[in-house]
Amino acid sequence: MRDVAIIGYGQTKFGELWERSFRSLIVEAGVKAVEAAGIDGKDIDEMYVGNMSAGLFVGQEHIASLIAEHAGLNPIPSTRVEAACASGSLALRQAVLNVASGASDVVLVGGVEKMTDVVDATSAISSASDQEWEALFGATFPSLYAMMAQRYMYEYGLTLEELSMWSVIMHENASKNRYAQFPFKITLDQVLNSSPVAEPLRLLHCSPVSDGAAALIVCDAEKAKEFVNEDEIIYIRASVQASDTIALHSRESITQLKGARVASEKAYKMANISPDKIDVAEVHDCFAINGLILMEELGFCKKGEAGKIVYNKEIAIDCDKYPAINPSGGLKAAGHALGATGIRQVGEVYWQLKQDKEVKDRQVEIKNGYGITVNVGGTGGTVCVHILSNKK
Amino acid sequence: MVVRSWRHIKERYNLIGVRCKNCGTVYFPSREICPKCRRKTDFEDIKLSGRGKVYTYSVVHVAPKDFEKQAPYVIAIIELEEGVKITGQVVDCKPDEVYIGMPVEVVFRRIKEDGDDGVITYGYKFRPVEN
Ligand SMILES: [Zn+2]
Repeated sequence: MRDVAIIGYGQTKFGELWERSFRSLIVEAGVKAVEAAGIDGKDIDEMYVGNMSAGLFVGQEHIASLIAEHAGLNPIPSTRVEAACASGSLALRQAVLNVASGASDVVLVGGVEKMTDVVDATSAISSASDQEWEALFGATFPSLYAMMAQRYMYEYGLTLEELSMWSVIMHENASKNRYAQFPFKITLDQVLNSSPVAEPLRLLHCSPVSDGAAALIVCDAEKAKEFVNEDEIIYIRASVQASDTIALHSRESITQLKGARVASEKAYKMANISPDKIDVAEVHDCFAINGLILMEELGFCKKGEAGKIVYNKEIAIDCDKYPAINPSGGLKAAGHALGATGIRQVGEVYWQLKQDKEVKDRQVEIKNGYGITVNVGGTGGTVCVHILSNKK
Repeated sequence: MVVRSWRHIKERYNLIGVRCKNCGTVYFPSREICPKCRRKTDFEDIKLSGRGKVYTYSVVHVAPKDFEKQAPYVIAIIELEEGVKITGQVVDCKPDEVYIGMPVEVVFRRIKEDGDDGVITYGYKFRPVEN
Protein backbone atom coordinates (compact mmCIF):
# COMPACT_ATOMS: atom_id res chain seq x y z
CA MET A 1 0.00 0.00 0.00
CA ARG A 2 1.22 3.52 -0.82
CA ASP A 3 1.50 6.35 1.72
CA VAL A 4 -1.35 8.84 1.48
CA ALA A 5 -1.23 12.59 2.12
CA ILE A 6 -3.56 15.55 2.39
CA ILE A 7 -2.54 18.55 0.29
CA GLY A 8 -5.52 20.87 0.58
CA TYR A 9 -8.66 21.65 2.56
CA GLY A 10 -11.58 24.02 2.21
CA GLN A 11 -14.92 24.55 3.92
CA THR A 12 -17.95 26.79 3.94
CA LYS A 13 -19.29 28.48 7.02
CA PHE A 14 -21.52 26.15 9.03
CA GLY A 15 -24.90 27.47 10.12
CA GLU A 16 -28.46 28.18 9.11
CA LEU A 17 -27.56 29.36 5.64
CA TRP A 18 -30.97 30.19 4.20
CA GLU A 19 -29.56 31.80 1.07
CA ARG A 20 -27.37 28.82 0.17
CA SER A 21 -28.34 25.69 -1.77
CA PHE A 22 -27.03 22.15 -1.39
CA ARG A 23 -25.19 22.46 -4.71
CA SER A 24 -23.56 25.80 -4.01
CA LEU A 25 -22.27 24.63 -0.60
CA ILE A 26 -20.37 21.59 -1.81
CA VAL A 27 -19.02 23.39 -4.87
CA GLU A 28 -17.67 26.24 -2.70
CA ALA A 29 -15.89 23.77 -0.40
CA GLY A 30 -14.52 21.77 -3.35
CA VAL A 31 -13.18 24.83 -5.15
CA LYS A 32 -11.49 26.10 -1.98
CA ALA A 33 -9.81 22.71 -1.43
CA VAL A 34 -8.59 22.57 -5.03
CA GLU A 35 -7.18 26.11 -4.77
CA ALA A 36 -5.50 25.37 -1.44
CA ALA A 37 -3.82 22.30 -2.95
CA GLY A 38 -2.68 24.23 -6.00
CA ILE A 39 -4.04 21.56 -8.31
CA ASP A 40 -6.19 21.79 -11.39
CA GLY A 41 -9.54 20.09 -12.03
CA LYS A 42 -7.89 17.84 -14.59
CA ASP A 43 -5.52 16.48 -11.92
CA ILE A 44 -8.44 14.88 -10.05
CA ASP A 45 -8.88 11.18 -10.80
CA GLU A 46 -11.92 10.37 -8.70
CA MET A 47 -14.25 11.80 -6.06
CA TYR A 48 -16.20 10.67 -2.99
CA VAL A 49 -18.96 12.52 -1.16
CA GLY A 50 -20.16 11.92 2.38
CA ASN A 51 -23.83 12.76 2.86
CA MET A 52 -26.35 11.42 5.33
CA SER A 53 -29.70 12.20 3.90
CA ALA A 54 -30.11 14.49 0.91
CA GLY A 55 -33.16 12.34 0.13
CA LEU A 56 -34.93 13.35 3.34
CA PHE A 57 -33.50 16.87 3.67
CA VAL A 58 -33.72 18.18 0.10
CA GLY A 59 -35.55 15.38 -1.76
CA GLN A 60 -32.54 14.59 -3.92
CA GLU A 61 -30.73 11.26 -4.25
CA HIS A 62 -28.03 10.41 -6.82
CA ILE A 63 -26.04 13.38 -5.54
CA ALA A 64 -22.60 12.02 -6.47
CA SER A 65 -23.31 12.58 -10.14
CA LEU A 66 -25.00 15.91 -9.48
CA ILE A 67 -21.99 17.22 -7.57
CA ALA A 68 -19.47 15.98 -10.15
CA GLU A 69 -21.43 17.84 -12.82
CA HIS A 70 -21.72 21.08 -10.86
CA ALA A 71 -18.05 20.95 -9.90
CA GLY A 72 -17.18 20.57 -13.59
CA LEU A 73 -15.60 17.18 -12.98
CA ASN A 74 -17.55 14.91 -15.36
CA PRO A 75 -16.73 12.22 -16.41
CA ILE A 76 -14.58 11.07 -13.43
CA PRO A 77 -16.05 8.41 -11.12
CA SER A 78 -18.04 9.95 -8.28
CA THR A 79 -19.39 7.96 -5.33
CA ARG A 80 -21.64 8.86 -2.40
CA VAL A 81 -20.96 7.25 0.98
CA GLU A 82 -23.57 7.08 3.77
CA ALA A 83 -23.30 6.14 7.44
CA ALA A 84 -25.48 8.77 9.15
CA CYS A 85 -23.32 11.39 10.93
CA ALA A 86 -20.15 9.40 10.11
CA SER A 87 -20.67 9.66 6.33
CA GLY A 88 -17.87 12.22 5.86
CA SER A 89 -15.04 10.25 7.41
CA LEU A 90 -16.21 7.07 5.69
CA ALA A 91 -15.97 8.88 2.37
CA LEU A 92 -12.44 9.91 3.33
CA ARG A 93 -11.57 6.32 4.18
CA GLN A 94 -12.71 5.22 0.73
CA ALA A 95 -10.51 7.91 -0.82
CA VAL A 96 -7.53 6.82 1.29
CA LEU A 97 -7.96 3.17 0.29
CA ASN A 98 -8.34 4.21 -3.33
CA VAL A 99 -5.08 6.19 -3.37
CA ALA A 100 -3.19 3.68 -1.19
CA SER A 101 -4.10 0.89 -3.61
CA GLY A 102 -2.71 2.81 -6.56
CA ALA A 103 -6.05 3.06 -8.34
CA SER A 104 -5.90 6.88 -8.25
CA ASP A 105 -3.25 9.50 -7.51
CA VAL A 106 -5.44 12.47 -6.61
CA VAL A 107 -8.92 12.19 -5.08
CA LEU A 108 -11.35 14.91 -4.06
CA VAL A 109 -13.37 13.96 -1.01
CA GLY A 110 -16.21 16.14 0.17
CA GLY A 111 -18.96 16.11 2.77
CA VAL A 112 -22.16 18.10 2.65
CA GLU A 113 -25.52 18.48 4.36
CA LYS A 114 -28.32 20.96 3.76
CA MET A 115 -30.56 20.53 6.80
CA THR A 116 -32.56 23.74 7.01
CA ASP A 117 -34.72 23.27 3.90
CA VAL A 118 -37.09 21.02 5.87
CA VAL A 119 -39.39 22.16 8.68
CA ASP A 120 -38.83 19.06 10.81
CA ALA A 121 -35.17 18.10 10.66
CA THR A 122 -35.53 15.98 13.81
CA SER A 123 -37.43 13.13 12.16
CA ALA A 124 -34.75 12.87 9.46
CA ILE A 125 -32.04 12.89 12.13
CA SER A 126 -33.84 10.13 14.04
CA SER A 127 -33.41 7.82 11.05
CA ALA A 128 -29.83 7.42 12.31
CA SER A 129 -31.28 5.36 15.17
CA ASP A 130 -33.33 2.15 15.02
CA GLN A 131 -36.67 3.29 13.60
CA GLU A 132 -38.59 0.12 14.49
CA TRP A 133 -37.38 -0.47 18.06
CA GLU A 134 -36.24 2.93 19.35
CA ALA A 135 -37.89 5.82 17.51
CA LEU A 136 -41.30 4.13 17.20
CA PHE A 137 -41.60 3.96 20.99
CA GLY A 138 -40.84 7.66 21.42
CA ALA A 139 -37.05 7.65 21.74
CA THR A 140 -35.78 10.85 20.10
CA PHE A 141 -32.18 11.08 18.94
CA PRO A 142 -31.19 13.44 21.81
CA SER A 143 -32.96 11.14 24.32
CA LEU A 144 -30.70 8.23 23.32
CA TYR A 145 -27.62 10.27 24.21
CA ALA A 146 -29.47 11.54 27.31
CA MET A 147 -29.91 7.93 28.42
CA MET A 148 -26.17 7.40 27.95
CA ALA A 149 -25.55 10.52 30.07
CA GLN A 150 -28.00 9.41 32.78
CA ARG A 151 -26.35 6.00 33.07
CA TYR A 152 -22.87 7.55 32.98
CA MET A 153 -23.82 9.87 35.86
CA TYR A 154 -25.13 6.85 37.80
CA GLU A 155 -22.03 4.72 37.21
CA TYR A 156 -19.31 7.37 37.60
CA GLY A 157 -20.86 10.20 39.60
CA LEU A 158 -20.52 12.74 36.78
CA THR A 159 -22.22 16.05 37.70
CA LEU A 160 -24.27 18.27 35.43
CA GLU A 161 -21.75 21.09 36.05
CA GLU A 162 -18.86 18.95 34.82
CA LEU A 163 -20.82 17.92 31.74
CA SER A 164 -21.87 21.51 31.06
CA MET A 165 -18.30 22.82 31.11
CA TRP A 166 -17.78 20.93 27.83
CA SER A 167 -20.10 23.36 26.06
CA VAL A 168 -18.42 26.39 27.66
CA ILE A 169 -15.01 25.27 26.33
CA MET A 170 -16.42 24.51 22.88
CA HIS A 171 -17.92 27.99 22.55
CA GLU A 172 -14.68 29.58 23.76
CA ASN A 173 -12.81 27.75 20.97
CA ALA A 174 -15.44 28.54 18.35
CA SER A 175 -15.14 32.24 19.14
CA LYS A 176 -11.79 32.03 17.30
CA ASN A 177 -13.21 30.23 14.26
CA ARG A 178 -14.74 32.35 11.50
CA TYR A 179 -16.46 29.31 9.97
CA ALA A 180 -18.18 28.33 13.23
CA GLN A 181 -21.94 28.42 13.60
CA PHE A 182 -21.70 29.91 17.13
CA PRO A 183 -18.53 32.04 17.28
CA PHE A 184 -19.27 33.43 20.75
CA LYS A 185 -18.69 32.54 24.40
CA ILE A 186 -21.29 31.27 26.86
CA THR A 187 -21.27 30.83 30.64
CA LEU A 188 -21.76 27.74 32.75
CA ASP A 189 -25.00 29.24 34.10
CA GLN A 190 -26.35 29.71 30.60
CA VAL A 191 -25.75 26.02 29.88
CA LEU A 192 -27.32 24.88 33.16
CA ASN A 193 -30.35 27.13 32.66
CA SER A 194 -30.97 26.43 28.97
CA SER A 195 -34.25 24.71 28.16
CA PRO A 196 -34.48 20.94 28.72
CA VAL A 197 -34.46 18.86 25.51
CA ALA A 198 -34.20 15.34 26.88
CA GLU A 199 -33.17 15.35 30.53
CA PRO A 200 -30.50 15.39 31.74
CA LEU A 201 -29.51 17.07 28.45
CA ARG A 202 -30.39 20.70 27.84
CA LEU A 203 -30.31 22.75 24.68
CA LEU A 204 -26.73 23.93 25.20
CA HIS A 205 -25.50 20.34 25.56
CA CYS A 206 -26.67 19.63 22.00
CA SER A 207 -25.07 20.34 18.63
CA PRO A 208 -27.25 22.41 16.30
CA VAL A 209 -28.95 21.76 12.97
CA SER A 210 -26.50 23.04 10.37
CA ASP A 211 -25.93 23.57 6.69
CA GLY A 212 -22.37 23.25 5.51
CA ALA A 213 -19.79 21.53 3.37
CA ALA A 214 -16.11 20.64 3.60
CA ALA A 215 -13.63 19.11 1.17
CA LEU A 216 -10.12 17.62 1.20
CA ILE A 217 -7.65 16.77 -1.53
CA VAL A 218 -6.10 13.38 -0.88
CA CYS A 219 -2.99 12.46 -2.83
CA ASP A 220 -0.30 9.82 -3.18
CA ALA A 221 2.49 10.94 -0.81
CA GLU A 222 5.15 10.90 -3.53
CA LYS A 223 3.03 12.74 -6.05
CA ALA A 224 2.11 15.33 -3.37
CA LYS A 225 5.56 16.92 -3.76
CA GLU A 226 4.60 18.01 -7.29
CA PHE A 227 1.86 20.23 -5.87
CA VAL A 228 2.92 21.54 -2.45
CA ASN A 229 6.11 22.16 -0.43
CA GLU A 230 7.29 19.07 1.38
CA ASP A 231 6.90 20.70 4.83
CA GLU A 232 3.23 21.43 4.09
CA ILE A 233 2.33 17.81 3.40
CA ILE A 234 0.30 16.14 6.13
CA TYR A 235 0.21 12.35 6.10
CA ILE A 236 -2.73 10.10 6.89
CA ARG A 237 -1.14 7.53 9.16
CA ALA A 238 -4.28 5.57 9.97
CA SER A 239 -7.80 5.33 8.61
CA VAL A 240 -9.90 2.84 10.56
CA GLN A 241 -13.59 2.05 10.78
CA ALA A 242 -15.64 -0.10 13.18
CA SER A 243 -19.29 -1.03 13.67
CA ASP A 244 -21.55 -1.74 16.64
CA THR A 245 -25.27 -2.41 17.15
CA ILE A 246 -27.50 0.34 15.77
CA ALA A 247 -29.83 0.21 18.80
CA LEU A 248 -28.43 1.41 22.10
CA HIS A 249 -30.35 -1.20 24.13
CA SER A 250 -28.56 -4.06 22.35
CA ARG A 251 -25.18 -3.11 23.86
CA GLU A 252 -23.69 -4.59 26.98
CA SER A 253 -22.63 -1.12 28.17
CA ILE A 254 -23.91 2.29 27.07
CA THR A 255 -21.31 4.32 28.97
CA GLN A 256 -18.68 3.37 26.44
CA LEU A 257 -18.48 3.37 22.65
CA LYS A 258 -16.90 0.06 21.82
CA GLY A 259 -16.56 0.99 18.14
CA ALA A 260 -14.43 3.99 19.08
CA ARG A 261 -12.23 1.91 21.36
CA VAL A 262 -11.70 -0.81 18.74
CA ALA A 263 -11.04 1.66 15.92
CA SER A 264 -8.67 3.91 17.89
CA GLU A 265 -6.63 1.03 19.30
CA LYS A 266 -6.14 -0.26 15.78
CA ALA A 267 -5.33 3.24 14.52
CA TYR A 268 -2.66 3.83 17.18
CA LYS A 269 -1.10 0.51 16.21
CA MET A 270 -1.11 1.45 12.51
CA ALA A 271 0.46 4.84 13.25
CA ASN A 272 2.84 3.16 15.70
CA ILE A 273 2.16 5.65 18.50
CA SER A 274 0.51 5.74 21.92
CA PRO A 275 -2.31 8.18 22.85
CA ASP A 276 0.09 10.44 24.77
CA LYS A 277 1.73 11.43 21.46
CA ILE A 278 -1.45 13.18 20.28
CA ASP A 279 -1.20 17.00 20.26
CA VAL A 280 -4.69 17.72 18.99
CA ALA A 281 -7.96 15.83 18.67
CA GLU A 282 -11.31 16.52 17.05
CA VAL A 283 -13.99 14.33 18.64
CA HIS A 284 -17.65 13.84 17.77
CA ASP A 285 -19.52 15.83 20.44
CA CYS A 286 -22.99 15.75 18.90
CA PHE A 287 -24.01 15.84 22.58
CA ALA A 288 -21.65 16.86 25.39
CA ILE A 289 -21.67 13.39 26.95
CA ASN A 290 -20.18 11.90 23.79
CA GLY A 291 -17.20 14.25 24.03
CA LEU A 292 -16.44 12.89 27.51
CA ILE A 293 -16.94 9.25 26.52
CA LEU A 294 -14.70 9.65 23.46
CA MET A 295 -11.87 11.17 25.55
CA GLU A 296 -11.90 7.90 27.48
CA GLU A 297 -12.24 5.64 24.44
CA LEU A 298 -9.31 7.38 22.71
CA GLY A 299 -7.16 6.56 25.74
CA PHE A 300 -6.58 10.15 26.96
CA CYS A 301 -7.80 9.22 30.45
CA LYS A 302 -9.36 6.38 32.40
CA LYS A 303 -13.05 5.49 32.42
CA GLY A 304 -15.00 7.96 34.54
CA GLU A 305 -12.23 10.59 34.70
CA ALA A 306 -13.23 12.81 31.79
CA GLY A 307 -15.71 14.93 33.77
CA LYS A 308 -13.10 16.29 36.21
CA ILE A 309 -10.60 16.98 33.41
CA VAL A 310 -13.22 18.88 31.43
CA TYR A 311 -14.38 20.81 34.49
CA ASN A 312 -10.78 21.95 35.07
CA LYS A 313 -10.57 22.97 31.39
CA GLU A 314 -7.52 20.77 30.90
CA ILE A 315 -8.50 20.11 27.28
CA ALA A 316 -8.37 23.79 26.27
CA ILE A 317 -6.24 25.00 23.36
CA ASP A 318 -3.36 26.12 25.62
CA CYS A 319 -3.48 23.09 27.91
CA ASP A 320 -0.45 20.98 28.61
CA LYS A 321 -1.29 17.70 30.28
CA TYR A 322 -3.89 16.47 27.80
CA PRO A 323 -4.29 16.96 24.05
CA ALA A 324 -6.19 20.08 22.99
CA ILE A 325 -9.66 18.81 22.13
CA ASN A 326 -11.85 20.40 19.46
CA PRO A 327 -9.96 23.66 18.90
CA SER A 328 -12.53 24.32 16.15
CA GLY A 329 -15.35 24.43 18.70
CA GLY A 330 -16.47 20.89 17.89
CA LEU A 331 -19.88 19.86 16.66
CA LYS A 332 -21.36 21.77 19.59
CA ALA A 333 -20.21 25.23 18.55
CA ALA A 334 -18.58 24.94 15.11
CA GLY A 335 -21.79 23.25 13.91
CA HIS A 336 -22.82 19.78 12.80
CA ALA A 337 -23.69 19.56 9.12
CA LEU A 338 -23.96 15.75 9.39
CA GLY A 339 -22.24 14.49 6.22
CA ALA A 340 -19.71 17.34 6.28
CA THR A 341 -18.65 16.86 9.91
CA GLY A 342 -16.14 14.02 9.45
CA ILE A 343 -14.34 15.99 6.74
CA ARG A 344 -14.41 19.20 8.79
CA GLN A 345 -12.82 17.43 11.77
CA VAL A 346 -9.96 16.11 9.62
CA GLY A 347 -9.65 19.53 7.97
CA GLU A 348 -9.18 21.18 11.37
CA VAL A 349 -6.48 18.71 12.42
CA TYR A 350 -4.80 19.15 9.01
CA TRP A 351 -4.71 22.94 9.49
CA GLN A 352 -3.46 22.57 13.06
CA LEU A 353 -0.61 20.19 12.15
CA LYS A 354 0.59 22.32 9.23
CA GLN A 355 0.09 25.43 11.39
CA ASP A 356 -2.01 27.09 8.73
CA LYS A 357 -2.80 30.80 8.98
CA GLU A 358 -6.49 29.85 9.12
CA VAL A 359 -6.01 28.64 12.70
CA LYS A 360 -3.48 31.23 13.91
CA ASP A 361 -5.89 32.48 16.62
CA ARG A 362 -6.46 28.98 17.92
CA GLN A 363 -3.16 27.27 17.12
CA VAL A 364 -2.39 24.29 19.34
CA GLU A 365 1.25 23.76 20.24
CA ILE A 366 2.51 20.98 17.95
CA LYS A 367 5.00 18.99 20.02
CA ASN A 368 4.89 15.44 18.69
CA GLY A 369 3.23 16.14 15.35
CA TYR A 370 0.20 13.89 15.69
CA GLY A 371 -3.53 14.55 15.59
CA ILE A 372 -6.57 12.28 15.75
CA THR A 373 -10.22 12.53 14.70
CA VAL A 374 -13.18 10.38 15.68
CA ASN A 375 -16.47 10.62 13.82
CA VAL A 376 -19.54 8.73 15.06
CA GLY A 377 -22.62 7.57 13.16
CA GLY A 378 -25.91 7.42 15.09
CA THR A 379 -25.27 6.46 18.71
CA GLY A 380 -22.08 4.59 17.80
CA GLY A 381 -23.25 2.04 15.24
CA THR A 382 -20.48 3.34 12.97
CA VAL A 383 -17.22 4.88 14.13
CA CYS A 384 -14.33 6.11 11.99
CA VAL A 385 -10.93 7.22 13.29
CA HIS A 386 -8.13 9.00 11.43
CA ILE A 387 -4.61 9.73 12.65
CA LEU A 388 -2.73 12.48 10.84
CA SER A 389 0.90 13.47 11.19
CA ASN A 390 3.42 15.96 9.85
CA LYS A 391 5.82 12.98 9.70
CA LYS A 392 5.70 10.30 7.03
CA MET B 1 -47.21 1.83 6.81
CA VAL B 2 -49.85 -0.60 7.96
CA VAL B 3 -47.95 -3.72 6.88
CA ARG B 4 -44.85 -2.49 8.64
CA SER B 5 -46.54 -2.43 12.05
CA TRP B 6 -48.69 -5.54 11.44
CA ARG B 7 -45.53 -7.53 10.71
CA HIS B 8 -44.34 -7.00 14.29
CA ILE B 9 -47.58 -7.81 16.16
CA LYS B 10 -46.11 -10.93 17.77
CA GLU B 11 -43.32 -8.89 19.30
CA ARG B 12 -45.06 -5.62 20.06
CA TYR B 13 -48.30 -7.06 21.48
CA ASN B 14 -47.08 -10.28 23.10
CA LEU B 15 -43.44 -9.53 23.87
CA ILE B 16 -42.22 -12.66 22.11
CA GLY B 17 -38.51 -12.84 21.42
CA VAL B 18 -36.15 -15.67 20.63
CA ARG B 19 -33.76 -17.78 22.69
CA CYS B 20 -30.73 -19.39 21.15
CA LYS B 21 -30.76 -23.04 22.22
CA ASN B 22 -27.07 -23.30 21.41
CA CYS B 23 -25.84 -20.61 23.84
CA GLY B 24 -28.91 -19.63 25.86
CA THR B 25 -28.87 -15.93 24.91
CA VAL B 26 -32.27 -14.22 24.64
CA TYR B 27 -32.90 -11.63 21.92
CA PHE B 28 -35.66 -9.11 21.57
CA PRO B 29 -36.76 -8.24 18.97
CA SER B 30 -36.14 -11.55 17.27
CA ARG B 31 -33.44 -11.74 14.66
CA GLU B 32 -32.21 -14.23 12.09
CA ILE B 33 -28.77 -15.06 13.45
CA CYS B 34 -27.27 -15.30 16.96
CA PRO B 35 -24.12 -13.12 16.73
CA LYS B 36 -22.41 -15.43 19.24
CA CYS B 37 -23.15 -18.66 17.39
CA ARG B 38 -23.64 -17.50 13.78
CA ARG B 39 -24.16 -20.66 11.69
CA LYS B 40 -24.81 -22.79 14.79
CA THR B 41 -27.79 -20.56 15.66
CA ASP B 42 -30.77 -22.57 16.89
CA PHE B 43 -33.64 -20.26 17.85
CA GLU B 44 -36.89 -20.97 19.66
CA ASP B 45 -39.62 -18.44 20.49
CA ILE B 46 -39.73 -17.25 24.08
CA LYS B 47 -42.44 -15.20 25.75
CA LEU B 48 -40.77 -12.59 27.94
CA SER B 49 -42.07 -11.99 31.47
CA GLY B 50 -42.30 -8.23 30.99
CA ARG B 51 -40.84 -7.70 34.45
CA GLY B 52 -37.58 -5.86 34.89
CA LYS B 53 -35.76 -2.76 36.10
CA VAL B 54 -35.06 0.67 34.69
CA TYR B 55 -31.50 0.51 33.28
CA THR B 56 -31.47 4.16 32.21
CA TYR B 57 -34.02 6.82 31.25
CA SER B 58 -34.58 10.33 29.96
CA VAL B 59 -37.42 12.82 30.32
CA VAL B 60 -38.28 13.93 26.78
CA HIS B 61 -39.37 17.57 26.50
CA VAL B 62 -38.81 18.16 22.79
CA ALA B 63 -40.95 15.43 21.21
CA PRO B 64 -41.57 14.31 17.63
CA LYS B 65 -44.90 15.40 16.12
CA ASP B 66 -46.61 12.06 16.87
CA PHE B 67 -45.65 12.28 20.55
CA GLU B 68 -46.10 16.01 21.17
CA LYS B 69 -49.29 15.61 23.21
CA GLN B 70 -47.54 13.22 25.62
CA ALA B 71 -44.55 15.48 26.43
CA PRO B 72 -42.90 15.60 28.86
CA TYR B 73 -42.70 11.80 28.96
CA VAL B 74 -40.18 9.24 30.19
CA ILE B 75 -38.33 7.07 27.69
CA ALA B 76 -36.25 4.30 29.21
CA ILE B 77 -34.19 1.21 28.55
CA ILE B 78 -35.59 -1.62 30.64
CA GLU B 79 -33.47 -4.62 31.60
CA LEU B 80 -35.89 -7.55 31.67
CA GLU B 81 -35.55 -10.55 33.99
CA GLU B 82 -34.40 -12.64 31.03
CA GLY B 83 -31.36 -10.36 30.68
CA VAL B 84 -32.44 -8.66 27.48
CA LYS B 85 -32.80 -4.86 27.28
CA ILE B 86 -35.58 -3.01 25.42
CA THR B 87 -36.59 0.59 24.86
CA GLY B 88 -40.01 1.87 25.94
CA GLN B 89 -41.85 4.55 27.88
CA VAL B 90 -42.40 4.47 31.64
CA VAL B 91 -45.97 5.57 32.45
CA ASP B 92 -48.45 5.78 35.35
CA CYS B 93 -46.05 7.82 37.46
CA LYS B 94 -44.53 11.30 37.52
CA PRO B 95 -41.30 11.75 35.53
CA ASP B 96 -39.37 12.71 38.68
CA GLU B 97 -40.38 9.46 40.41
CA VAL B 98 -38.40 7.36 37.93
CA TYR B 99 -34.93 6.17 38.96
CA ILE B 100 -32.30 3.70 37.74
CA GLY B 101 -33.06 0.31 39.27
CA MET B 102 -36.80 1.00 39.62
CA PRO B 103 -38.84 -2.25 39.29
CA VAL B 104 -41.30 -2.10 36.38
CA GLU B 105 -43.73 -4.37 34.51
CA VAL B 106 -45.07 -4.29 30.99
CA VAL B 107 -48.46 -2.82 30.00
CA PHE B 108 -50.01 -2.63 26.57
CA ARG B 109 -51.01 0.82 25.44
CA ARG B 110 -51.49 3.09 22.52
CA ILE B 111 -47.98 4.20 21.52
CA LYS B 112 -48.75 7.05 19.16
CA GLU B 113 -51.73 9.35 18.87
CA ASP B 114 -51.53 9.24 15.14
CA GLY B 115 -49.05 7.60 12.77
CA ASP B 116 -47.87 9.05 9.47
CA ASP B 117 -50.84 7.51 7.71
CA GLY B 118 -53.49 7.87 10.42
CA VAL B 119 -52.97 4.38 11.83
CA ILE B 120 -52.86 4.13 15.62
CA THR B 121 -49.86 2.16 16.82
CA TYR B 122 -50.20 -0.06 19.89
CA GLY B 123 -47.42 -1.74 21.82
CA TYR B 124 -45.64 -2.11 25.13
CA LYS B 125 -44.90 0.48 27.78
CA PHE B 126 -43.78 -0.03 31.38
CA ARG B 127 -45.21 1.01 34.74
CA PRO B 128 -43.85 0.90 38.29
CA VAL B 129 -44.49 -2.36 40.18
CA GLU B 130 -46.47 -1.81 43.37
CA ASN B 131 -44.57 -3.28 46.30
ZN1 LIG C 1 -26.29 -18.45 20.35
